[in-house]
Amino acid sequence: MSVTVILFWLLSVLALGAALMMVTSKNPVYSVLWLIVVFFAISGHYILMNAQFLAIVNIIVYAGAIMVLFLFVIMLMNLNAETEPQKNKWLKLAGAVAGGCLLLVFVAALRQTELLKLQEVNMSGPTGLIRRLGMVLFTDYVLPFEIASVLFLSAMVGAVVIGKKGD
Amino acid sequence: MPINYYIILAIALFSIGVMGVLTRRNAIIIFMCVELMLNAVNLLMVAFSKLHYGAVATFNPYASTGTDAQVFVFFIMVVAAAEVSVGLAIIVMMYRNIHSVDVNFLNRLKH
Repeated sequence: MSVTVILFWLLSVLALGAALMMVTSKNPVYSVLWLIVVFFAISGHYILMNAQFLAIVNIIVYAGAIMVLFLFVIMLMNLNAETEPQKNKWLKLAGAVAGGCLLLVFVAALRQTELLKLQEVNMSGPTGLIRRLGMVLFTDYVLPFEIASVLFLSAMVGAVVIGKKGD
Repeated sequence: MPINYYIILAIALFSIGVMGVLTRRNAIIIFMCVELMLNAVNLLMVAFSKLHYGAVATFNPYASTGTDAQVFVFFIMVVAAAEVSVGLAIIVMMYRNIHSVDVNFLNRLKH
């Protein structure tokens, strides 16, 4: 087994285990921390596939900014395991079975595809490097890039307006 | 790595996200599960971009195939960041009005 394969399995187990812990843990703060672990594992997968730009962006944007926002909101509301609302046992079971059925259907559909098993992901190659993506982002996709800034401005204004105290 | 390993990993992460949305009542945790589903799809998209590159790389190692997919992943992250800021503002407003983040209290649209 090569290093890549070992790292792939390690990161996959880490991502899936942390995702399960996130869904099952009672305390919302622990859920946020487990989700950060999932994001780091996914960033590890990006590095493994040599998508360096997306790995860095994933850590900075998700683990750095979005998760801190979640953590602040949870601490602001003073949520903990005692105040956590719980569904009853049967509804939880039904939700888990429904999600499991989705997984089952997808995997069963995937098993029918014979050609897919022969195709390999290229783990090296210059596709995800910052130089390549920067060239494309500032030439072909410069208009969507600028529109994204307008989107951010409107999201910022919207968040301030919605979060404002009073009427 | 064969592509179907990545597909199964992304499907499993997505299904765990769906399970979380269906089993939890805390609005913030549901929101976090939606983020998890977005990330599963991003991972799949990057894997497909590298697959697409690998199909071309044998003829031309300097091909720029698959770069577009990663730009799209970048834009998904941009939209997700904007979505989170507005969504958390809505949850904070909801907490201020009904002093809870339990989604079961939101089953009546008028109040």
